[in-house]
Amino acid sequence: MIYREAGQFKTSYEADAAIFPIRQDRIGIAVILVLAYLVMPFVATPYIFTAILTPFLILSLAAIGLNILTGYCGQLSLGTAAFMAIGAFASYNFMLRVPGMPILVAFALSGGISALVGMVFGLPSLRIRGFYLAVTTLAAQFFIVWCLAKIGWFSNYSSSGVITAQEVTILGYEFVSPESRYLLVLVIVSLLALAAKNLVRSNTGRSWMAVRDMDVAAEVIGIRLMPAKLTAFAISSFYCGVAGALYAYLYLGTVEPEAYNLDLSFRILFMIIIGGVGSILGSFLGSAFITLLPVFLSLVVAFLETTVHLPLSKAITSNLELMAFGALIIFFLIVEPHGLARLWQIAKEKLRLWPFPY
Amino acid sequence: MKTMKSALLGLTMLGVAATATAQGEQFIPLLSYRVGPYAAGGSGYFGGAIDYFNLINATGGVNGVKIIYEECETEYNTSRGVECYERLKTKHGGASTIDPLSTGIAYALLDRVAQDGIPMTTFGYGRADSADGRVFKWVFPVGTTYWSQAAAMIAYLGQKVGGVDKLKGKKIVHLYHDSAFGKEPIPVLEALAAKHGFELIKIAVAHPGNTQESQWLQIRQARPDYVILWGWGVMNPTALKAAAKIGFPRDKVIGVWWAGSEEDVIPAGDAAKGYITAAFSAPGTGFPVMQDIKNKLYASGKGNLDDPSRLGSIYHTRGVSYGVIIVEAIRKAQEKFGKGKVMTPEQVRWGLENLNLTEARIKELGVGGMFPPIKTSCLDHEGSGMVRFQQWDGNGFKALTPFMSGDKEMVRKMVDAGAAKYAAEKKITPRDCAKEG
Repeated sequence: MIYREAGQFKTSYEADAAIFPIRQDRIGIAVILVLAYLVMPFVATPYIFTAILTPFLILSLAAIGLNILTGYCGQLSLGTAAFMAIGAFASYNFMLRVPGMPILVAFALSGGISALVGMVFGLPSLRIRGFYLAVTTLAAQFFIVWCLAKIGWFSNYSSSGVITAQEVTILGYEFVSPESRYLLVLVIVSLLALAAKNLVRSNTGRSWMAVRDMDVAAEVIGIRLMPAKLTAFAISSFYCGVAGALYAYLYLGTVEPEAYNLDLSFRILFMIIIGGVGSILGSFLGSAFITLLPVFLSLVVAFLETTVHLPLSKAITSNLELMAFGALIIFFLIVEPHGLARLWQIAKEKLRLWPFPY
Repeated sequence: MKTMKSALLGLTMLGVAATATAQGEQFIPLLSYRVGPYAAGGSGYFGGAIDYFNLINATGGVNGVKIIYEECETEYNTSRGVECYERLKTKHGGASTIDPLSTGIAYALLDRVAQDGIPMTTFGYGRADSADGRVFKWVFPVGTTYWSQAAAMIAYLGQKVGGVDKLKGKKIVHLYHDSAFGKEPIPVLEALAAKHGFELIKIAVAHPGNTQESQWLQIRQARPDYVILWGWGVMNPTALKAAAKIGFPRDKVIGVWWAGSEEDVIPAGDAAKGYITAAFSAPGTGFPVMQDIKNKLYASGKGNLDDPSRLGSIYHTRGVSYGVIIVEAIRKAQEKFGKGKVMTPEQVRWGLENLNLTEARIKELGVGGMFPPIKTSCLDHEGSGMVRFQQWDGNGFKALTPFMSGDKEMVRKMVDAGAAKYAAEKKITPRDCAKEG
């Protein structure tokens, strides 16, 4: 009923190949974009910008990066955070060492550096797969973070290996206020998400999916494995690198290499598992689940404390939050092992038939 | 339009000021952590701070101004910490000061606190060069920094061998947690090694450090005179057990203060006996304030620690010391800006910058000997740099030395250089301290 497509005819190939072929989807996405671009800047508080929306968007971008590699090309990676670290440290060095470097160019170049390193660590994927590949990316995680901490040049010989992001200035405008930073992140993330969505529907994306589903069969139908896998590693690392640079420049400010530890890699992996493996929408949903749900739970507990005056100590409520979060993860994985994106897809199918299931 | 706007703004500000003074409450947000691997430290430290704030409130507040606090669970996770900071900073009329007890969160807040105008204390952790108040106007590593501590350790080892000049030709191993925390003291140790002529051997332990056989094999081969243990969490008891295994005398292992709590030594059992650590606050329940906390709070079930036997433990007294210093900063600010008033963050910052806790004043507060005298200034946000050494005898920590400091002059030079570099990178113009009141 709500999703009835009756009467929506496609009369051209362009219309048939559109990202959102159904009108309701187009309206939905337009509403979300209007909300994000036009409504949020006027209604949200600095707290929502800096603590909720900005990290959510940045981690969504990292999740898209991992989803390209793991979800679309089928190469499991545990080194996402390390590629983010490369992006952050590369941006820092471009800004520090190249006079007059525009920040956006620095972000793009740092994504490029990250892509190069990603391809190097992607080389083993040509010979090994599955869990063994995951172990080599795990090595990348430790090796890269160790390297950034060990070699003083990367952090400009800071005694503790910590870098401090320079000011973000574009065409003389300083991005200092929370809403300007949010909007900058939003523009970058939406452009890159659009690019990713189109990429996975392109020839490249289809060859990745063929490799994911069965690489021998893909080879038989004429897909060259090496370019397919290496482009996936490169593009995935590019996304992670840009996300890492944004994480340092527009979110944290001053970072130590340890901020990009294995824990962050796992969190991004959980995002795509919960959100939906092989889905751009899933990257956003998963990021929302992992970053926003704990905050929401803690706000609920804080609200209960002030209104109902819970007779519990802080230590107990903190543990309760953690347990509730764990229980919700298990609940969603049992209800839908293919992630929240799949749940949304099922809901869409149901809405299409509603109120007459058959 | 403009006049109306400013009039409105004035009205709202008046309203805020009125409610703030009507309540007479000073808000301190606490970015605590009570779950996860570092919960022991977090619950002890923040428990101590809360106990002291409650004690102050029970005895009438700071010249009548009550202290209110709100906790937010960070799980020692940087992004959770940032979220908590953003959530709490504007509550209850605005945060007065903040202390995240996590190096990662402290780094992430470095720019934010300067922008928001909220003073941040990093009590015994964080960036050593933030002691330079000219560049780091809003950051206060009150008490001691890692650099001062490293210098004090070498000074102590000098005492042990009968003078720092006798350190020449000795071998000292720096066994460290491979992170910003463990690497922070290396420049100071290297400079001191060059100055005094001892050999410094640096051995890294990867996080979390629960296997150290190869590192201790290296130590056994090197046959050092002393081992500095710059560890964190599970790495510490593991190191002590490994030292016992190869027969390295434990009284030649000198731990950093984060390796010197009951939680670090008790899991090592007998292997920890004789182990020496640095500390910037003394444990124990003998202090009058601790007695007050015990009798006025814990006796009536209002104490914050779930396990009252932890009363007076290292982390708990460290939290109490933090509470005392913050309350004294507020008191100092009130002396200048009006007694019995709620202080703005800027005024609290002034208080932190003009702290003068003499030996006599500390004793008067009922915490005599818990921490060294502290006198901060615009130039020096550290204010003390003194450390004491203590030894674990299997039941408790016994003091070995009074509060002492190392080569302060050299450390200060390095602080100036580090801060100047930071200022150049961030394009900060250092304040002129001669003009500060």
